[in-house]
Amino acid sequence: MTDVDTGVPDVLKTAESWRGSGRSVALATVIETWGSAPRPTGSHLVIDSDGNFEGSVSGGCVEGAVVSEAVDVIESGKPTTLEFGVADETAWQVGLSCGGRIRVYVEPVA
Amino acid sequence: MELSLLTALNNESACRRAAIVATDLGDGSQRLVRESDDYSDDPLAEEFSRRFRSGKSGAVTSGENEVFLTVSVPAPRLVIIGAVHISQALVPMAEIAGLDVTVIDPRTAFATKDRFPGGTLKAGWPEDVLANMPFDAYTAVAAVTHDPKIDDYPLMEALKTGCFYVGALGSRKTHGKRLERFHAAGVNEDMCQRIDAPIGLDIGAASPEEIAVAVLGSVIQALRKGPETAA
Repeated sequence: MTDVDTGVPDVLKTAESWRGSGRSVALATVIETWGSAPRPTGSHLVIDSDGNFEGSVSGGCVEGAVVSEAVDVIESGKPTTLEFGVADETAWQVGLSCGGRIRVYVEPVA
Repeated sequence: MELSLLTALNNESACRRAAIVATDLGDGSQRLVRESDDYSDDPLAEEFSRRFRSGKSGAVTSGENEVFLTVSVPAPRLVIIGAVHISQALVPMAEIAGLDVTVIDPRTAFATKDRFPGGTLKAGWPEDVLANMPFDAYTAVAAVTHDPKIDDYPLMEALKTGCFYVGALGSRKTHGKRLERFHAAGVNEDMCQRIDAPIGLDIGAASPEEIAVAVLGSVIQALRKGPETAA
């Protein structure tokens, strides 16, 4: 079965194995959703410093922005919180076509 | 997240044990809380126990801080003792509902892949199968063979382990005799009370398929509303 709402997603195992093999890694987690967000709270995306990623925090709408922010987080070593919504032009040039909003926490795996 | 914390979380998951990573979203500090830990003095104790049950991750406020709880609980599992007609209906329904399903029956005429194309099928005695695949708190057990030689051992094991659901097929009379055997074997009354018997929700189920619906209803009730609601 899938483990969307019941267990640790394989993404966390991927994060461990990437970090264990010496790659620089960040972990993004959906910490809050409003409206019809595509992925539930607790969904993860793991990113390395080359921009490789696995998992998802949306249906693909904002992954690009999360990945580029994650690369900065890996460099700075400081976690950050991102928010995405529909046509959110002030902060981000990307949005969720479904009309929902999500908040994503991005942290380095050190 | 510290790699050591991530490794510890993944390790708990691999061992089918529940754990929560609490992340302070203000300063980024994190800690791992295992379900087996004594967290009763923690300001978030109530939240932890609620989340261990629901399995849902989410943000909470603790004092002035916002804390995100990454909740990891094992996938719920249903172990059916008896590869009987009820089980043939119960396996696909329980899988659709999201449970990992295993059927155990030592009678090789019953436990055939033809009769059980879905789920995991173990043609062996529960004593032997459970030695390699023990029950845990995230396991539901439904014993439906009617045969004490097959049903009794896994039922007692399920009670001792604290499985979230323990159900046994049989009339009130059959169950009365079962309880006599369990008492004689030293199973205490509180544990015996946990057995859902006659098995399943009281919906007047008549056919094997309908009984399967009733059993699945009881399992989901125990999963979502707490084990104490099912018996």
